[in-house]
Amino acid sequence: MSVTFARSETGRSLRLSRGPWVSLISVAGFVLMWFVAAEFAQSRLLPGPGAVMEYIYEETVHGNLLAELGITLWRVIAAFFVAMVIGSAVGLIMGEMPAVNRVLDPWLIVLLNLPALVIIILAYVWFGLNEAAAIGAVALNKIPNVIVTVREGARSLDPGLNEMARAYRMTPWSRFRNVTLPQLQPYFATASRTGISLIWKIVLVVELLGRPNGVGFELHLNFQLFNVTAILGYTLAFVAVMLTIEYLLVQPLERYSTRWRNQPV
Amino acid sequence: MNDTQHAGATSQFKIHVEEKTHVGADGSELTAISDFDLELKPESMTVLMGPSGCGKTTLLRIIAQLDDRFIGKVEYPADVRIGFMFQEPRLLPWRTVKENIELVAAPDFSADDLDRLAHAVGIAEMLSRYPRELSLGLARRAALARAFSTRPDLLLLDEPFVSLDEKSADRLRRLLLEVWSERPTTAVLVTHNAREALLLADQLVLLAPRPTHVVAIEPVDVPQGERDPKMIEKVHDDLLRRYPANFSSV
Repeated sequence: MSVTFARSETGRSLRLSRGPWVSLISVAGFVLMWFVAAEFAQSRLLPGPGAVMEYIYEETVHGNLLAELGITLWRVIAAFFVAMVIGSAVGLIMGEMPAVNRVLDPWLIVLLNLPALVIIILAYVWFGLNEAAAIGAVALNKIPNVIVTVREGARSLDPGLNEMARAYRMTPWSRFRNVTLPQLQPYFATASRTGISLIWKIVLVVELLGRPNGVGFELHLNFQLFNVTAILGYTLAFVAVMLTIEYLLVQPLERYSTRWRNQPV
Repeated sequence: MNDTQHAGATSQFKIHVEEKTHVGADGSELTAISDFDLELKPESMTVLMGPSGCGKTTLLRIIAQLDDRFIGKVEYPADVRIGFMFQEPRLLPWRTVKENIELVAAPDFSADDLDRLAHAVGIAEMLSRYPRELSLGLARRAALARAFSTRPDLLLLDEPFVSLDEKSADRLRRLLLEVWSERPTTAVLVTHNAREALLLADQLVLLAPRPTHVVAIEPVDVPQGERDPKMIEKVHDDLLRRYPANFSSV
């Protein structure tokens, strides 16, 4: 009797911890803590959640929060695609051709270890304070990570499937689309997952250093004014955008492309 | 190093491997095949039989033009279409069974053809499944259907029934014969199983290992459909007497 009881208890707590409730309660707890801390501090330097939400609303309706978010988001997406395309192509070639790998590997190690700030500053100095330099600098920071991940994927391609494709005289395009790409998919997923978060952090730095708009520029401006409400407002707004992309775009896309793995046996 | 010739409109396949060497991880060279000569009879089943590890798979890979690092020559009809059944099913896990077949099928392979072929090999219910959901036996059937869907000029089978239980293996052998006799194709099957070889072969090629070469070519004259266990045992005993090295080990 007591055993049955204990078992049903664990069952219930398991079910609870799996639902969205725990995440929601956790977030609510954070907001509450923030609220209490702000009430105690009563300082301009720690505005409460209400004040920040009000700022976001005001800036959305009367200010240019949406425009700034849009510009930053555009830079994130542009840098992401440039980094993914170039990084994937180079990674694939390096993984499949040991000779190329030997030539490019030292460059890769240098790029991997070069601080983001150095690349950004040099890009602005050499190519001017323009959009191409900004996006190029962000992409260049991300490219080595993509290369390393995709190269790993290219090295683990199944030679048996490749042989099958050659025996059946599949065209190079068909082989790429049906045999190579699906095997690289998990590596692309990893590269883009780690990529998008790294990229948006670097985009803010690029904007702070040399762009007249975007979330990074606003943060810089408000830092000089010591306007913490605005800093938190812009941060929260952009985090919300990134979360939306994660839940509405990245995760469904990943579920779709790995659906063959989730089938029950 | 070698020379793959297109022998015009004839459907002749001539394989001549003067020498094929493997280079080991330590750089040492090992002669895998030497002085191997074989002419495939059109529209008949040639079975290459020899002990495990005697370079049979290497030979098939050379015949399929997957390996061109050898000294010798493989003569082919022009634009040869190949169907290949590997030791493992080698289906693309991220494509359904149907997509796996359609991806390599001949251009004029219609939905009706697919339906008929799927029924013939018993995977009609499995076409929309992913390979991961199939048992090894069913995956082999799908691989068999894929090999035939190309309407091959040359069908290559590399121990296609290995690691199945005897009952499933036997059912699959019968299936292979059924589909194959409907549209006789020049075929090469590799096996180390003597009874399997005697059930399927029109022409039995006995191989000796290290380096691989042909010991003898034995025709089996009874049509495959009329071979029963008794007849197979009889031929087997006869061959065992004449080629003890090739048959006693199995």
